[in-house]
Amino acid sequence: MSRIQLERVVVTAPTPGGPAPEVTILRETSLELTEQRIALIGPNGSGKSTLARLVNGLVEPTAGRVVVDGLDVARKGRDVRRRVGFVFTDPSAQLVMPTVLEDVALSLRHRVRGREARSEAARTVLAGYGLAELADRSVHTLSGGQRQLLAIAGVLATDPAILVADEPTTLLDLRNARRIGDLLLGLPQQLVLATHDLDLAQRCDRALLIDDGAVVADGAPAEVVAHYRALAVTPQDT
Amino acid sequence: MAASPIGDYQPGTTVLHRLPVGAKLSGLVVLSVLAVVFRGVPTTSGLLALALVLAFVARVRLGRAVRALRGVLIGLVLLSAYQTWQRGPEHAFVVVGALVAMVLLATVFTTTTSAEQMIDAVTRWLEPFRRFGVSPELVALAFSLTIRSIPLTLEIAAETRDAARARGLERNPRALLTPLVIRVVAHARATGDALHARGLGDD
Repeated sequence: MSRIQLERVVVTAPTPGGPAPEVTILRETSLELTEQRIALIGPNGSGKSTLARLVNGLVEPTAGRVVVDGLDVARKGRDVRRRVGFVFTDPSAQLVMPTVLEDVALSLRHRVRGREARSEAARTVLAGYGLAELADRSVHTLSGGQRQLLAIAGVLATDPAILVADEPTTLLDLRNARRIGDLLLGLPQQLVLATHDLDLAQRCDRALLIDDGAVVADGAPAEVVAHYRALAVTPQDT
Repeated sequence: MAASPIGDYQPGTTVLHRLPVGAKLSGLVVLSVLAVVFRGVPTTSGLLALALVLAFVARVRLGRAVRALRGVLIGLVLLSAYQTWQRGPEHAFVVVGALVAMVLLATVFTTTTSAEQMIDAVTRWLEPFRRFGVSPELVALAFSLTIRSIPLTLEIAAETRDAARARGLERNPRALLTPLVIRVVAHARATGDALHARGLGDD
């Protein structure tokens, strides 16, 4: 299993429309993630997505460092991204080619030489996810569930050791959310899953509760989810 | 869905599907030049006839061709009215007819050419420029994304128009343009993130 380390990581961003002080998105955080399935839960704007994006360099820390299997994300970004796949909330942003087959083939450009061989490999990938009959369809015409499934297939085609998924079921109906959730939890890859789906989080091996840019609970998913439920009913200062 | 057919590949085995990308693109360029250099009723009529024949050969669906023209319909109507007023109906036919022919020819090109084929072709053409620091793969990917962005931008524009209409602001240019620009830029950033996350563009 891979090892993801966050060493005294801080993420800040400039205040919109003004000079200092900067907004702190993630407070100083040190973590070591070695479990196979790790859930990140917490309210909107808590810092879950930022933490997820740190793992493959989509967000760079303002201070501290992120290390994946011994590779510093800031220095070895390309190598890290080849190990870490990323699934976005909205698959429409992730699907960049006109047809289903071409989108998966794009992921294979580094690994398979020659268009014919690549198309063949892409068809094999699609068949593995039950998408073979959609190969020549425009990505515009897919349903939300099919788009998310295709986005995941496109990422897994690169054979990553780690998959980071940022709220991959948020835009899906109950049936598709269940289907995608089952697929993700059944993968052999290490999974870092930012989610609002607490049932899904409870099926992971470890959960982290993030609130106001800090990890406030970390441990067995059932306990962390219970902590989150308690937090959700606590009145907040306005 | 407000997707334009320009940018959407339609798989097939017609002679136009099998033709090399370079030949198709060169043909498109040559015909565009002809339309400008030999401007006149015979040229426009010939281009229109050729466009219809090629659309038929490529088996471009009628609905797809109509949607392609519908996307530029307002512009064509305004241009036609202006040209008729300024220089007469014959000149209006020459100008607008040539534009219709070129839109149809472009639709034939994108209908019969997959993005993968385009990327491969552009990569091959730019290979000699690698020594000057050009990354052919990156340029080819950008080229393909540009084609793909046409239907996406139209889709965003349709959603933005519907949102403005729902708030009774359909005649307010700010309510149409501001969210359109913001959403297109946001989508471009998200696409960049997606490519970055897939390790594309790192080369």
